[in-house]
Amino acid sequence: MLSIKNLCVSIEGKEILNGINLEINPGEVHAIMGPNGSGKSTLANVLAGKEEYEITDGEIYYLGENLLELSPEDRARKGIFLSFQYPVEIPGVPMINFLKTAVNEHRKFKGEKPLTAGEFLKLMREKKQLVEMDTELTNRSVNEGFSGGEKKKNEIFQMALLQPRLAILDETDSGLDIDALKTVAHGVNALRSPENSTIVVTHYQRLLDYIVPDHVHVLYKGRIVKSAGKELAFELEEKGYDWIKKENED
Amino acid sequence: MEDQDRILHEVTQREYKYGFYTDIETEIIEKGLNEEVIRTIWEKKNEPDFMLEFRLNAYRKWLKMEMPDWAYLKIPPIDYQAISYYAAPKKNPKYESLDQVDPELLETFNKLGIPLEEQKHLAGVAVDAVIDSVSVKTTFKETLAEKGIIFCSFSEALQEHPDLVRKYIGMAVPVADNYFAALNSAVFSDGSFCYIPKGVRCPMELSTYFRINAANTGQFERTLIVADEDSYVSYLEGCTAPMRDENQLHAAVVEIIALDRAEVKYSTVQNWYPGDKDGKGGIYNFVTKRGVCRGESSKISWTQVETGSAITWKYPSCILLGNNSVGEFYSVALTNHHQQADTGTKMIHLGKNTRSTIVSKGISAGVSDNSYRGLVKVMPGAVNSRNFSQCDSLLLGDKCGAHTFPYIEVGNKSSVVEHEATTSKIGEDQIFYCNQRGISTEDAIAMIVNGYAREVLNKLPMEFAVEAQKLLEISLEGSVG
Amino acid sequence: MSVLIDNTDLTLRLAGHFREAEALLASGSPELMNLPRKKAFQDFIAQGIPTRKSENYKYTNLQPAFAREYHFLHQRPKIDFKPGEIFRCDVPQLDTHLVILLNGWYYEENSPLAGLPDGVFLGSLEEAARKYPELVAQHYGSLAETVADPLVALNTALARDGYFLYVPKNVRIDKPIQVINLLLADSDAYVTQRNLVVAEPGAEVKLILCDHTLNLNNYLNNSVTEILIDENASVDYYTIQNQHNQSASVNSVYIRQMENSHVTTNTISLHGGLIRNNLKVIIDGENSEANVYGMTFLDRKQHVDNFTQIVHAKPHCQSNQLYKNVLDEESSGAFTGQIYVMRDAQKINAYQRNNNLLLTDKALMQTKPQLIIEADDVKCSHGATIGQIDEEALFYLRARGIEEKQARLMLMNAFAYEVIRQVKVEPLRDRINELIEKRLRGEISRCHECAYHCNC
Repeated sequence: MLSIKNLCVSIEGKEILNGINLEINPGEVHAIMGPNGSGKSTLANVLAGKEEYEITDGEIYYLGENLLELSPEDRARKGIFLSFQYPVEIPGVPMINFLKTAVNEHRKFKGEKPLTAGEFLKLMREKKQLVEMDTELTNRSVNEGFSGGEKKKNEIFQMALLQPRLAILDETDSGLDIDALKTVAHGVNALRSPENSTIVVTHYQRLLDYIVPDHVHVLYKGRIVKSAGKELAFELEEKGYDWIKKENED
Repeated sequence: MEDQDRILHEVTQREYKYGFYTDIETEIIEKGLNEEVIRTIWEKKNEPDFMLEFRLNAYRKWLKMEMPDWAYLKIPPIDYQAISYYAAPKKNPKYESLDQVDPELLETFNKLGIPLEEQKHLAGVAVDAVIDSVSVKTTFKETLAEKGIIFCSFSEALQEHPDLVRKYIGMAVPVADNYFAALNSAVFSDGSFCYIPKGVRCPMELSTYFRINAANTGQFERTLIVADEDSYVSYLEGCTAPMRDENQLHAAVVEIIALDRAEVKYSTVQNWYPGDKDGKGGIYNFVTKRGVCRGESSKISWTQVETGSAITWKYPSCILLGNNSVGEFYSVALTNHHQQADTGTKMIHLGKNTRSTIVSKGISAGVSDNSYRGLVKVMPGAVNSRNFSQCDSLLLGDKCGAHTFPYIEVGNKSSVVEHEATTSKIGEDQIFYCNQRGISTEDAIAMIVNGYAREVLNKLPMEFAVEAQKLLEISLEGSVG
Repeated sequence: MSVLIDNTDLTLRLAGHFREAEALLASGSPELMNLPRKKAFQDFIAQGIPTRKSENYKYTNLQPAFAREYHFLHQRPKIDFKPGEIFRCDVPQLDTHLVILLNGWYYEENSPLAGLPDGVFLGSLEEAARKYPELVAQHYGSLAETVADPLVALNTALARDGYFLYVPKNVRIDKPIQVINLLLADSDAYVTQRNLVVAEPGAEVKLILCDHTLNLNNYLNNSVTEILIDENASVDYYTIQNQHNQSASVNSVYIRQMENSHVTTNTISLHGGLIRNNLKVIIDGENSEANVYGMTFLDRKQHVDNFTQIVHAKPHCQSNQLYKNVLDEESSGAFTGQIYVMRDAQKINAYQRNNNLLLTDKALMQTKPQLIIEADDVKCSHGATIGQIDEEALFYLRARGIEEKQARLMLMNAFAYEVIRQVKVEPLRDRINELIEKRLRGEISRCHECAYHCNC
């Protein structure tokens, strides 16, 4: 599904990722962990196509296609979904217009007819239940005045609406209380299938209790320094990141 | 509230600490201004010929100009013929060693906390001491010379380095830039000159200390700082004046030129005599300060703490000519009693990717008026430029005024300019919170005001920051009405 | 003709014209309008046509507009058609009491009084000044000071007509009143319009002003409106400006509001060569609120300058100002917004924001937000930004599969919507929204059917 080879990325001349290699097969859940500033969010943003990053080397293939040549919107339509760490507030753009446009853009891309207003509302009602979204929230502007938890739920709600092939959850657990965390995890799990893959970017292990990964990678100073099964997450939780840091300083 | 009023009253009765007068034998030329006076100044100073031309040109232009009236200030008419344009301590104006300095004069600077004996002085600060427009002593000159740094009085620079002066004088502030700059260009008597050669990081803070002493004189000094490629210098300026019932005029010019990748940090703690609590006396501080970032990636940073002067008219500015150059302006301006201040900055973006930051904190107390006035201009060619301005005003009492007059002009689509301004007073709840924790109202106010000004004070070099903080406290403790 | 004419010459030219026209202006005018003419004209001469040196007109050059030769319409022109026949407002479902003014003159065919509550007067100012001289005299010129602005002085010197709206005590007019100002003359014309609105205690009214040009002649329009809002009264005042690129328009609106009153203005400038909107609101009663909004969309070489001043003269009041500009091609925009809190006007909340989007490198925005604060227990702030669309927001939309171009449109719409949503007349709001959407897509967006089909 996704194949990253020797990816090197810098921003304003500062190298953030240097030589990432990662293979993700359909149906797999990969967790990417690492201390703050290790480049986790950069990787997530690069996959979604954020333009301020400079790809200095390497390649990314997604479903056999060169991902780096695609615009952010085409990546989205081809099934890449980024749940943002800090979803931006867009005052004046009503949530509902935004969602309808996004859903219909995806449909148009797949050669499907756009949803009528009625159909769309029905779809929304259905998906809202999944993450227990408050109806009132969809009447506001995009993310405006949402609490931290509401923003994250809103991201998963959009994920449910857009049905991605590859979901990237960037620190989706940060700022969530345990109930919200469960709701979000439930939403994510409900969307799992043998065709879809998920990348969970997280600092802590606790989200992985609810979204169980097949593989865990540790990112440190722009490189994947360790890969293993889910047990690695527990080890990290126990020993902290200092252990990784130490191993890589020597 | 009564308590606050009482504290305000007590504090505002406090006297200006630097208001003494030193009886030094002073040479003062006759009052009045005309071409003869300008020639006299030029002759007395034994300046090169080009300076006479420079001065007369400025004077002739000044005659045709009018005093600016756009500021939010009430300036009483000034009789320019009633001012003497040259005053200097009489004895041996050029001192070879400290022994030759008039002991009275030494004592004056000691009282001001500016000892001229190098061993006594704060380590790491070189001082050019200017009294009544004449530089009396520059410390650490030799140490600096080893690095090729020229730091001397303006008069000396005109004798020793006339070509350098000629090349750069008027580059940032043309003679007819404005009324007061033209007047200064015609009559300025001394000041400081500083040249940092290529690739040199100036090892110590350079400082000019200005003191007005004589009566019925104006002070017109001029500072020129040239930072050559890849150099760095941090420059400090301080000033005081005796208490007098008459107003005295101070019209200075400061020019900074920064070449490729050079950085100049210019800090001012302005504490001219502000007048008494009834608004009698005080300095009219009409100053033109401007820096040109000529070179690419050069940087000029202005930091000012303005607590003195009866009237302040001052806009330290940056012309961002070089690509990727940076301009900064950090200001705390405090007005109390009848003081008036109209101060701010201009950031003119000409080069590509130029950046500027403006942080202005106004504090008004008594019956004073305090205005921020600033221009941010992004020319069409200055693509990808950025400015952020934050201008806050704090009102202490219901008889003062706080005003904000920004001008923002943007001529291309890739630049971003943001301006924010707020006006507020110290919250009763904030003071109560402090009181509840056992802090007196007076201390609470000092704390809150200091916190408010912190962002700017932090930009000052350490020695200055402490001084500035004390000054703020003296000038306004308890002045909440 | 590219000869630069000196400002003084232009002023003197007008002085000559005034001397010639004085008798004509006076004949047939009610006395209360004639009384201030001479002094007003002296005030105009003393100030002259503003140049950029004048602080208040720093960003708008009126010289070229004044340098043209105009036909002055000092007398009510005889027309052989009904203005309503050549123009109709085609905003669907917009149900209003509609009156039309042609070149600043109120024409008799308007008969809106039929549907209005008893005691309301909506009609010609000239007629009202004759019928109710005391009422008009009490307010005429009470706010628009001739010493403070040369254009107000010139308007007062030349004023003949305009509309007058009087809403008596506790009368609430539910249906909005729509005033359509048409410019249609045979030759280039200078138009003066003088309006007066009086809302008595407890009155409520919504006004919609629509400015249109109906042919391609050059127009210089100088209008002054004074609005008096008594205690507990509420006035909404919407202006939609839709004039062609050869027109120059200076609109000065002066509002004074008393205790517990409420005013909202919203000025939407869609088209116009040069537009200068002066707005001064004096909040002269406690517990009052003023909301002042504006939105401009500019392209070609258009210039719009919004110049506002909110004076807080009494404590316990609130004001909000929000002005937004979108500038395309070689257009230029200016905004000056002043919040003035007078001494002892404590407990004031006054906010002001000005946001601007520049779409090209040839567009120019100049903004001058100002705070003059003389009371300490106040919360005042202003913010101004000039820039582009938020890149973070753009990326967010694109990451959800929305085309970049469309994402930009959505964001620009959102940018405008913050102002547009403050229009409380729904059909009008929908129409404005639709016009702006069209405009953003690059389509021609005219808000009316113009019988002349001018491509202007």
